[in-house]
Amino acid sequence: MAEIQNYTMNFGPQHPAAHGVLRLVLEMDGEVIQRADPHVGLLHRATEKLAESKPYSQSIGYMDRLDYVSMMCNEHSYVLAIEKLLGIVPPVRAQYIRVMFDEITRVLNHLMWLGAHGLDIGAMTMFLYCFREREDLMDCYEAVSGTRMHATYYRPGGVFRDLPDSMPKYQPSKWRSQKKVDKLNEIRQGSLLDFIDAFTAKFPACVDQYETLLTDNRIWKQRTVNIAVVSPERALQLGFTGPMLRGSGVEWDLRKKQPYEVYDRLDFDIPVGVNGDCYDRYLVRVEEMRQSNRIIKQCVDWLRENSGPVIVDDHKVVAPSRVEMKDDMESLIHHFKLFTEGYCVPAGEAYAAVEHPKGEFGIYLISDGANKPYRVKIRAPGFAHLSAMSEMVEGHMLADVVAVIGTQDIVFGEVDR
Amino acid sequence: MTALIPDFVMLPWMAFWEGLPPLMQLLFSKTTLIVFVTVCIILTVAFTTYFERKVIGYMQGRIGPNRVGPLGLGQPFADVIKLLIKEIVVPQKSNRFLFIIAPLLSIVPALATWAVIPLNPTTVIADINAGLLYVLALTSVGVYGVILAGWATNSKYAFLGAMRSAAQIVAYEIAMGFALVGVLMAGGSLNLGDITRAQAGGVSHWFILPLLPLFLVYFISGVAETNRAPFDVAEGESEIVAGFHVEYSGVAFAVFFLAEYANMVLISALTSIFFLGGWASPFEGWTFLGAESLLREPSFFWLAVKIAFFIFVFFWLRATFPRYRYDQIMRLGWKVFIPITIVWIAVEGVMAWLRIGPWSGMAG
Repeated sequence: MAEIQNYTMNFGPQHPAAHGVLRLVLEMDGEVIQRADPHVGLLHRATEKLAESKPYSQSIGYMDRLDYVSMMCNEHSYVLAIEKLLGIVPPVRAQYIRVMFDEITRVLNHLMWLGAHGLDIGAMTMFLYCFREREDLMDCYEAVSGTRMHATYYRPGGVFRDLPDSMPKYQPSKWRSQKKVDKLNEIRQGSLLDFIDAFTAKFPACVDQYETLLTDNRIWKQRTVNIAVVSPERALQLGFTGPMLRGSGVEWDLRKKQPYEVYDRLDFDIPVGVNGDCYDRYLVRVEEMRQSNRIIKQCVDWLRENSGPVIVDDHKVVAPSRVEMKDDMESLIHHFKLFTEGYCVPAGEAYAAVEHPKGEFGIYLISDGANKPYRVKIRAPGFAHLSAMSEMVEGHMLADVVAVIGTQDIVFGEVDR
Repeated sequence: MTALIPDFVMLPWMAFWEGLPPLMQLLFSKTTLIVFVTVCIILTVAFTTYFERKVIGYMQGRIGPNRVGPLGLGQPFADVIKLLIKEIVVPQKSNRFLFIIAPLLSIVPALATWAVIPLNPTTVIADINAGLLYVLALTSVGVYGVILAGWATNSKYAFLGAMRSAAQIVAYEIAMGFALVGVLMAGGSLNLGDITRAQAGGVSHWFILPLLPLFLVYFISGVAETNRAPFDVAEGESEIVAGFHVEYSGVAFAVFFLAEYANMVLISALTSIFFLGGWASPFEGWTFLGAESLLREPSFFWLAVKIAFFIFVFFWLRATFPRYRYDQIMRLGWKVFIPITIVWIAVEGVMAWLRIGPWSGMAG
């Protein structure tokens, strides 16, 4: 009698659904997965080591590049850790700006996730719908920091600068007539806050549109309901955080449990799932987008009413303004010192975590009193989620592996660091 | 005709033509027709790709191709040229002969089926009485191309695609066949021209109304047969990369691509013929269009309109639905479609026996 044996299949790292450079070695019995072995490290860029070799403020840009679809949230965790060691608190306006951009980032991330998840399961149109709205949020990034992705906007002690009064606008080109450009620029006439306000007004309708395509779609439900079920106990054991944990029904959100910045002054709800399957995690994330939209709206309203400084007035940490520097000797010295050797942080240890769109993103910082960190440890949520890959896909089919990669919302920038 | 061609060309030509033996005449006229139809199909396929990209583009809030030529109409030709000048890479450990022959096995049935498709009341390449059987036979042969491609490539991804395709075809071929049995009962003939003629007399005589469940089953099975979304598991982009044609490049890939789209056009044409009266006009018998109105006349125009509509539906499905999982497709085929068709054939039989419905005259 012929011996029947399982075969192994190499899934990735060059695979359209690998979300970057995931390599999975799958042991399969026909189309059924027996074991999945994720191989990580293909995008390792030694972020932690790099951060230990340069002054504190120069590593903020590296943090953007960890989870490259939720840039400012990564920065947030890092600057919070530095602020904790320095013992400074940013002005309230800066805190509101940070919270607003954290939530913009959450929507950015979830849109990316929804599009990619949809595309993985075959709903191609989702990807383009999501990117349509993502484009507007990217413009917010651009308006505030000058770049669409890697913003480096949060700084220890506040944010780099106040919100701008004008938005970047489209220019006419060979393919885009003046008329089309005028139409596109219509909502870009006012300040950044006007633009975000207009976005929050239209965004719920966009989410409705995504839900029309997916939520009650029979095929979508067949592909996600009861796929990769994780019980609440197991989710806690596996170190899940964020929507992965909440999808299993555990109500854990750092914004509520350990409020940082001004989250305790804002009104929002935490959605939780019931069954802990891909469909519940989908519903949780979609609802999170709606809640983020609420938070953004509240921040916009507050920021319109209240003006003030957006960064602490301590020139030992924050560079003086250009104008000051030009006619004040002491400011010039501060500027020179800050941009050559940075600042020394008192010896000690600090852990700062934020509710990142993917889960708990934490930075553990050890300072020995020098101008660069002694050790930076990044706690990335994706790593813990990926570890559960084998457990989640066991007994499912090949097509479900793709759905599980999607539902875990893996980004290799943070997994491999 | 005579006005277009001057006499000094036409007269010797006519003399030459009359002088040929009848067999040669037949051979010559049929060959011309075959070449003409094939070229038309290939051009249709080329512009179907353009049509698809435009339609899906607008559905997804983008523009689609607009760079090559006016409105991007040159895009299909740019694609063809690109694919033609690319190298065909044959994997070292593949079965070279099967690897090369597989794309041909896909394209030939897709084109050959057109032999029995009646284009208008008078034009059909081969007016054979077993047309329906011929269609069923050839559409089944097409899948061998897919299976052989997946097997010959010697890649696990391609192999999975081939296996999925084989299982899928078995399930949907049966549903399709049963749906066609219903058409056969209603039309009372295996000849595609006769089936179309049986639907003459306006929209109410078309088989789509009495055979609605069979129409839906047939068209959905057709989508599955052509490996189009949401049934595109055989090439499931995000799961098994490109499935059976993962290792194909250049012209070999282009031929698969051509076959897929030719099959789409074919399924659209067959659905129009079996259920929507083929060349028949929807305005047949409408007097207010005027006595001379061409719109009421049966013509190729109406067949083309119906084909275009079904092709549009193909794209619409692709832009709307997520992909089924492989076992869910099997379940749909075996547990839903086949029972539906069997039940409806029984219902149809009872109705024909009791002489209820539009087919009572023909089937009884």
